[in-house]
Amino acid sequence: MTMKITVSNWFKSGSPWVWLNAGAVAVSVVMVLGLLALIAVRGLGHFWPTAIVAADYTIPGNSQVQVMGQIADVEEIPAQRLVDAGLPKPGNKALIDRQLIKVGNRDVSGSDFVWVVKPWLQNVSHPKDAIALERREWGNFYGFLKDVRQNGSVVASGTEAWAALQDSIERAEDIYSQIYKIEKKEIGHINSGLERLRLKERSLELKGTNTPEALADIAASRAVLDAEYKVLEKELGDLYAAFTRDSIQAQTIDNNIVDINVSKIVRAYQPNAMGFFGKVGFYGDKIWEFVSDDPREANTEGGIFPAIFGTVMMVIIMSIIVTPFGVIAAVYLREYAKQGFVTRVIRVAVNNLAGVPSIVYGVFGLGFFVYFLGSHMDQLFFPEALPSPTFGTPGLLWASITLALLTLPVVIVATEEGLSRIPSTVREGSLALGATKAETLWRVVLPMASPAMMTGLILAVARAAGEVAPLMLVGVVKLAPSLPLDGNYPFLHLDQKFMHLGFHIYDVGFQSPNVEAARPLVYATALLLVIVIAVLNLSAVAIRNHLREKYKALEI
Amino acid sequence: MTESVAVAQDEKVETVQSFEQPNGEPATQEHKTHGINLDSLGRGRRKLSLEEEETCLDIHDLNLFYGEKQALFGINMPIPKKRVTAFIGPSGCGKSTLLRSLNRMNDLVESCKIDGEVILDGEEDIYHKRVDVSDLRRRVGMVFQKPNPFPKSIYENVAYGLRIQGINKKRVLDDTVEWALKGAALWEEVKDRLHDSALGLSGGQQQRLVIARTIAVKPEVLLLDEPASALDPISTLKIEELINELKDRFTIVIVTHNMQQAARVSDYTAFMYMGQLIEFGDTDTIFTNPREKKTEDYITGRYG
Repeated sequence: MTMKITVSNWFKSGSPWVWLNAGAVAVSVVMVLGLLALIAVRGLGHFWPTAIVAADYTIPGNSQVQVMGQIADVEEIPAQRLVDAGLPKPGNKALIDRQLIKVGNRDVSGSDFVWVVKPWLQNVSHPKDAIALERREWGNFYGFLKDVRQNGSVVASGTEAWAALQDSIERAEDIYSQIYKIEKKEIGHINSGLERLRLKERSLELKGTNTPEALADIAASRAVLDAEYKVLEKELGDLYAAFTRDSIQAQTIDNNIVDINVSKIVRAYQPNAMGFFGKVGFYGDKIWEFVSDDPREANTEGGIFPAIFGTVMMVIIMSIIVTPFGVIAAVYLREYAKQGFVTRVIRVAVNNLAGVPSIVYGVFGLGFFVYFLGSHMDQLFFPEALPSPTFGTPGLLWASITLALLTLPVVIVATEEGLSRIPSTVREGSLALGATKAETLWRVVLPMASPAMMTGLILAVARAAGEVAPLMLVGVVKLAPSLPLDGNYPFLHLDQKFMHLGFHIYDVGFQSPNVEAARPLVYATALLLVIVIAVLNLSAVAIRNHLREKYKALEI
Repeated sequence: MTESVAVAQDEKVETVQSFEQPNGEPATQEHKTHGINLDSLGRGRRKLSLEEEETCLDIHDLNLFYGEKQALFGINMPIPKKRVTAFIGPSGCGKSTLLRSLNRMNDLVESCKIDGEVILDGEEDIYHKRVDVSDLRRRVGMVFQKPNPFPKSIYENVAYGLRIQGINKKRVLDDTVEWALKGAALWEEVKDRLHDSALGLSGGQQQRLVIARTIAVKPEVLLLDEPASALDPISTLKIEELINELKDRFTIVIVTHNMQQAARVSDYTAFMYMGQLIEFGDTDTIFTNPREKKTEDYITGRYG
């Protein structure tokens, strides 16, 4: 007998399908990993302290200029393109390298980045004493440190200047955090107190109960707050005076002398003098800043903590709203409603709701929640604040409710699925012991269906955390002045607008005044969004697995 | 109750005198060997007579419909108190349906309609409008074919019925759980792991746990719906021993496919066929000297 391998036998054996399946899985895995790798490499590379290069740059026919900065990007372009742009052709090669150099010094030279053609760069060097300064405004500064001054008089110059600068920055940071604390926390607290007093006064006025005693009470409280404010204001004035004490003088590569106040400097470093571990430490610092700090410079520098916070906050509030609604709806549909035409129609409607484009939910949220519900709530509960709206404007609550509506079908369908999988024998067991239907549901069926509810919630979270379009209509902003959760009464500010990672990506990537600087942040923020969603999901999955273990179905 | 009842297939209710069996005397008449040799089952012959029994559940003219289809036809029978009554019959004969109508589990089936009455303890018809179904099910407990413990600890499974009644005192619960588990012959096996999940028990243990859970609420009647059909022979034996012990305290009604089992554990046996009660009498008679041809055919294995 001979084993003949024919195509038809091969098909019959089923192995083509196995190969096809394996291939599909492999492609999916490669795509997911590739996607993550791309955004990780592009995003995370941004924080590494690359070397500062200094070079002479001569476009043939023009005079020589000196450039210094960090190489941000390299690309290969056809030489013809230069010719088309009216530049001479460098050499005979068809393709030439072109580098994007971040030269900084926007205050001096006008732009942060320049493209240079590599063959025209000469005398490339990495000067050890080149410094990079991250500033609170005007972007980075590249140059050489000359001296450090206190109140205008030189205290350190030459080789000592660098150490003195680091000390000075540390001192300034210290003062800055005190100022931040006073401005944001303490004065913020007083402001919120004053605002509450104003609203109280207005509310008394509206009710017609603004008796002189009540007004005197308010005035007294206001006087207390004003006095506190005066103290803080004085303290703040002193701090500001101390804050701006130090300055430095530095020289750019093209020999401009620049005075920079230390209060404007966030961080100073000398990448060319750093060892590997120094760089790693710096990298860690930058990453930490990215995830824990407020954004600076139109979101192109600093961190994105408010966006992370806003995203997580919104998803949590959304979950708190959607879970009970979805579960109650599913329990009614599956357990109590008489199965028939009406329930069928409702199911179809729920399933179709899941297919409605998300921007439509945004429009609905804006029209119904914000303008209708919100403005009526304002008239009923917050008349004292009018004409400025409290809930009659996009905010955290409306964004969460809109997304809850968007994800409701998922929770209903998953919960119904879970309820239908509970073996009838278990229900009967409970009923046979004298439990009513409601007791059975509460004590046996719902706990057993809880993993399915968690599955629904996981899907809902995954969908909600990634939505941007509806949020732009109902509450997300480019820059929120404060977090929606803070120490001021009522602590959770559901009426406030908030920042969101998804919208942040859009804003940084497409609305930024400084596209070159912002591009790596698009990747880094995208990576962070993926991580945040993964963390939210994994914690939900962990809870679900725990519940599954606890209520695992009876399989005998 | 003075007569045993047989219902003919043509729904003509015919009352016949019970089979002569002199009270107090050992059975001297020859053993008919129609199917099961009762002696070989290791049980002595019982001298029982329906006339002398107190009635626990009295079923009167019970008709049951699933939608258009009638599943039970004019069932009339008394279930004697503190005895084991077995329902036997081929698949689909309505024995489980009859059992489930004794604690109104059929209420769960939407299309199910019932007429007739079932009197519990001579008091009231359980199908009367005023009857609280939960209360009824507390008095008439049920154990199902497949063990169905709740995904809770062993302790919580047994305490479930009590908690439903609002009893949360730890001492009362502890005592009842121990009493019920001992009653179900499970205490020795689980006393050291009361707070482990009930799902970790073996099938036989789970079924005894379900029985413990049921007797914990101290019902008057225990309905067992093929309680051993999903179990291995050793577990089956334990359940049967348990039934023997429990019958002093509870009225037990058991549905079984297994005729040997019916013969082993029951005092009275009802044979059902196609939704009709064909014959009902004491087990010895049904298995040795059935009056109806159908019964004889069934227990001798000619069909079913």
